[in-house]
Amino acid sequence: MSSATMRVIEANARMYRQTWRGSIVSSFAVPIFTLLAMGGGLGRLVDAGGQTGLGSYLGFVAPALLAATAMMTAVGESTYPVLAGIKWTKSYHAALATPVAPADLANGLVGFLGIRVLFNLLVYAGLMVLMNAMDLIPALTAVLPAALTGLAFATPVMAWAASLDDDRALASFFRFVVMPLFLFSGTFYPVTQLPEWVQPLVWLSPLFHGIELSRGAAGVAGSPALPWWLHLAVLLALFGVGLVLALRSFTKRLWT
Amino acid sequence: MTEPLVVANNLSKKFGDFQAVDDIDFEIAPGEAFGFLGPNGAGKTSTMKMIASISPVTSGHLRVFGLDPKTHGAAIRARLGVVPQEDNLDTELTVEENLFIYGRYFDLPRQEIRDRIDQLLDFAQLSDRKKSKVDPLSGGMKRRLTIARGLINRPDLVILDEPTTGLDPQARHLLWDRLYRLKREGATLVITTHYMDEAEQLCDRLVIMDKGKIVGAGSPQRLIQEHSTREVVELRFPAGEQDAVVDRLEGIGKRVEPLPDRVLLYADEADDALEEVHRRGLAPEMTLARRSTLEDVFLHLTGRTLVE
Ligand SMILES: Nc1ncnc2c1ncn2[C@@H]1O[C@H](COP(=O)(O)OP(=O)(O)O)[C@@H](O)[C@H]1O
Ligand SMILES: [Mg+2]
Repeated sequence: MSSATMRVIEANARMYRQTWRGSIVSSFAVPIFTLLAMGGGLGRLVDAGGQTGLGSYLGFVAPALLAATAMMTAVGESTYPVLAGIKWTKSYHAALATPVAPADLANGLVGFLGIRVLFNLLVYAGLMVLMNAMDLIPALTAVLPAALTGLAFATPVMAWAASLDDDRALASFFRFVVMPLFLFSGTFYPVTQLPEWVQPLVWLSPLFHGIELSRGAAGVAGSPALPWWLHLAVLLALFGVGLVLALRSFTKRLWT
Repeated sequence: MTEPLVVANNLSKKFGDFQAVDDIDFEIAPGEAFGFLGPNGAGKTSTMKMIASISPVTSGHLRVFGLDPKTHGAAIRARLGVVPQEDNLDTELTVEENLFIYGRYFDLPRQEIRDRIDQLLDFAQLSDRKKSKVDPLSGGMKRRLTIARGLINRPDLVILDEPTTGLDPQARHLLWDRLYRLKREGATLVITTHYMDEAEQLCDRLVIMDKGKIVGAGSPQRLIQEHSTREVVELRFPAGEQDAVVDRLEGIGKRVEPLPDRVLLYADEADDALEEVHRRGLAPEMTLARRSTLEDVFLHLTGRTLVE
């Protein structure tokens, strides 16, 4: 990692230190409410039915929520803030008048985003442990694939966001891409519950691979159709290709 | 003779098919305050961005500190201070954090940045605002903070793109005062402006830009000597009468320049010209005698006024 990239990470950490209070509620309130509603409320009903073969429903949902939350955080941080840096506050232009180059900037943003997602997940996993949704060790091992899920979304979404002229497309993106992924990637029920012909479609969802990998890491049975290394490969490929595209997109947009 | 800090030959910038900077040449020497004077859209900002190595050169030759921006952009930017036309401070952060983060982008040691922040806030007359957020600061304060930020790395060349545009007169004079001080301390300044008084006040040498081209170059005095007379008389006639009388002004002074709302008479002696106007029996509603400015130079060179 270049020293300019490190300095961008440091700068973002400093900015975050001044502004985290504003985002702390949205970072944790939604995941905690989801866990309480799904795990606590719905889970009691499901477990009472007793025919799922899943163990506790809360334990089934918790690692998936880690991956899904990582996706939400990463997508949130790679959309509006990127457009703001380019167009609204122009903070990216300020950075680029220094020795920092567009590629350093993109690398640094991805780096800081990874750190932030990881940090959020550790806090969330800690809360899950306190709420008896997960044991400590599985919670910690599930955090890593969940964080990778976040990064696999961050880089391609960032590449796309950096090419936008305004934020009109973003609302549709959240409504018609992010929300369906959240709901249909096997987060709340095994994918095998879906009609057989739909299941291969779910394989197209990056979140599905993140969830499967996180469940596997936490020792919870998911959908056994695909091997773990395939999930890992999909996420790594998305992250890698996305990073190349993001570097290109940043340079194209900011070096004009 | 010392090497120039910036050399541009046949420098051009295109956005798609649009030629924003059209084949310009200039050199900027160490220690001088060099101006780019021209109306909106002349291509000043595009030129500044190329010098600042944040925008690629379309064609031509450009060297900054003897380096090629294309291959040595980061090394050039490390020695530059850039004050962009639009403030891009982080308004959610404090004054101090804005400077600190910027200093870190230059990889300056943390303690050095902290010392430098105190000096710079003192210079920018913002010491009492060190811990306050940027958002509530006035336009003039933000501008001074942006300048302070541009100085954090002790740059060898400071680029100021329209430093006082949008400021009220008082904030403007305070800012000029700060820029004079920088000049006295030996800084090399590149200033763009569409205010002729700013160019006259601050610049040792300047180029006049219009539609992407340089149409004149020299010191303010020199440009006025070359392209205008010492004095100017402005005549305002009652509405609708100007067209009828312009012909009768022919031959007074060196040049007669009718504008939509008044007529300018270029003459070395304003009093003589005015006397002649009255002798010819013309009765303008209002007359004003003044010295020539860069505004007159621009009018002469382009046939248009600088600020519409
Ligand atoms: N990124 C860009 N894309 C397209 N046109 C641009 C871009 N930047 C500037 N221009 C155009 O180039 C011309 C010169 O602009 P600029 O350099 O900002 O002039 P000035 O700073 O003298 O007002 C203007 O007509 C402007 O619209
Ligand atoms: Mg401009």
